[in-house]
Amino acid sequence: MNKNEWMHSVYAPAARTFPERKYNFSTLSNQTPDPLYTADDLHDWDPQRDLGHPGEFPYTRGVQPSMYRGRLWTMRMFAGFGSAEQTNERFHALLRAGQTGLSTAFDLPTLMGYDADHPFSRGEVGKCGVAVSSLADMERLFQGIDPTRVTTSMTINSPANAIWAMYIANAQKQGHDLAQLGGTLQNDILKEFIAQKEFIYPPAPSVRLVIDTFEWGPRHVPKWNFISVSGYHIREAGATAVQELAFTLADGFHYVEKALERGLDIDEFAPRISFFWDVHNDFFEEIAKFRAARRIWARQMRDRYGAKNPRSLMLRTHAQTAGVSLPAQQPLNNIARVAIQALAAVLGGTQSLHTDAYDEALALPTEEAATIALRTQQIIAYETGVAGIVDPLAGSYYVESLTNDIEAAALGYIEQIRAMGGVEAGIDSGFFQAEMAEAAFRYQREVERRERIVVGVNDYVQDAVQVPIQLIDPAVEVQQAERLAQVRRERDPQRHAQALAALHDAAVQGRNTMPAFLECAHAYATLGEQMDVLRKVFGEYVETAVM
Amino acid sequence: MPERRIRVLIAKPGMDGHDRGAKIVARALRDAGMEVVYTGLRQTAEMIVNAAVQEDVDAIGVSVLSGAHMGYFRDIMTLLRERDAQDILVFGGGIIPDQDLPVLAELGVGQVFTPGASTEDAAEYLRREVAARWAQQ
Repeated sequence: MNKNEWMHSVYAPAARTFPERKYNFSTLSNQTPDPLYTADDLHDWDPQRDLGHPGEFPYTRGVQPSMYRGRLWTMRMFAGFGSAEQTNERFHALLRAGQTGLSTAFDLPTLMGYDADHPFSRGEVGKCGVAVSSLADMERLFQGIDPTRVTTSMTINSPANAIWAMYIANAQKQGHDLAQLGGTLQNDILKEFIAQKEFIYPPAPSVRLVIDTFEWGPRHVPKWNFISVSGYHIREAGATAVQELAFTLADGFHYVEKALERGLDIDEFAPRISFFWDVHNDFFEEIAKFRAARRIWARQMRDRYGAKNPRSLMLRTHAQTAGVSLPAQQPLNNIARVAIQALAAVLGGTQSLHTDAYDEALALPTEEAATIALRTQQIIAYETGVAGIVDPLAGSYYVESLTNDIEAAALGYIEQIRAMGGVEAGIDSGFFQAEMAEAAFRYQREVERRERIVVGVNDYVQDAVQVPIQLIDPAVEVQQAERLAQVRRERDPQRHAQALAALHDAAVQGRNTMPAFLECAHAYATLGEQMDVLRKVFGEYVETAVM
Repeated sequence: MPERRIRVLIAKPGMDGHDRGAKIVARALRDAGMEVVYTGLRQTAEMIVNAAVQEDVDAIGVSVLSGAHMGYFRDIMTLLRERDAQDILVFGGGIIPDQDLPVLAELGVGQVFTPGASTEDAAEYLRREVAARWAQQ
């Protein structure tokens, strides 16, 4: 009996006798799954072609042959608040707790390229990350941490070149060989226009700054991932899993095309492109998303862009549990949500993972909440057995079918974006904004009509419980202003002026800006000063709001 | 005499670019029959109050997720008093810890809607509060 016959002759009568629960069975991407999956769902699926083995094309099963049996994913908790010293203390605490890599959260002024003492920074300094306004702050932030032994990820986009240069300058001052530095720069400006909105300059010059890192990075800091093409923020801003996958891969392809336009060799830069996915509650959909992502990237990089180096075809990714899925109501329930999401990321084959703390919707995490989140990863790694088998869900009728469906849906979007003239055209027309606002609104409606149950929010509700939260000391702002004044007083004025002039010239003349950024870092030019030089050259971007 | 419609300004002050919630609320209030203006991102307190006065709104919804909400609410409330526009209801949304709520209430800020709140509750709250203010005019 094939599936259709069974559905018709067995399932349908059974469902008439015992009706299905009144429940919205559709996935968060609004795909409606069948009650059952069988071999009939995979009639045009070829495991040789569509799966291969782990560590080989098309990498559906993972980018390494041994995956977590060889080495666990990097447990990389995102941290940053207040002053450089406070964040440095948290870094050391996380490393003592068994974390295996650092991940730096910067405050909004830093992310937007303003010094801590700029009027627009008032009230924001050190609030949702650490304040870094010059090399002096970077030196304090990484005090006592060997950059050749610990890899560091930095979530920075518009000012990425300048902040990366400060990190590199700090390592140079300590006498380290740049070839030994490992880490990741987020540096994905396209998703800022689409989702996170931390843009400074218009898209074209912004992308040019990104491509400067593509060109400079592999030749000077070869072990560094100079970009982490990010779906996370797109998802958090309202996208579905399919939209997250499609828009992010489209962004990745856009950077590849721009790097090729500059005449760079794809097999020199592509091995250092990395990705960053969100992991939401829809367990199988998330796992399928990770697997589909690797397959699409590998096939397009090889067949469309002509990459030959296997490392150019591997989609390596960081993942983070979905902050947006963690409500303020009954916050301790979020520990369970994060555990399930983290398990999906591991079954999806992530290379590195941040688990959100249960107090996500309340404030920055307390040390206790951050520790529980890290322990959640350690429990998955050491107590569940899932890390011992590579891609254990391969061959599941449902997971393979869903992987195929998500791949097809994402490719449909990617073609649509190409047809409209590419990602920058989609940004200009408001296409991404409209798609995501629609999806976010639809989800909210489903929750409010109780078509989707969120435990503790629209069902199983109880009175609020208070949990302790992390508060940021407003004194940080005053202290940062004093420090900036000291930096400006003590630096060599001639070297500083020359460094900024060289940055201006590189920007105007279309030369790679990285050497000038590195000299600016060494000359203790502040972040705001450097960004202002480019504001004058490139202008500033103002978005048209799309609701 | 046509029914008077509630006019609301949804505002994103400062650097915070998290606009998912603000846009959802704006759309939900519009669906609930209100006239909604959305400021877009990176507004100063002055820009927000100017827009509110110019648009003659009944309420301003201020959405902040960066932790810098206190300064923005304080500035907005001060400017509204200076402009003699304190009859405009100010309400909030975003990542705002419970311990800040009494201080916000003291400033005269109305209800604050945090992650997991319902837009229908927000619409209902506005209808009730704005009607009460109209009754006093």
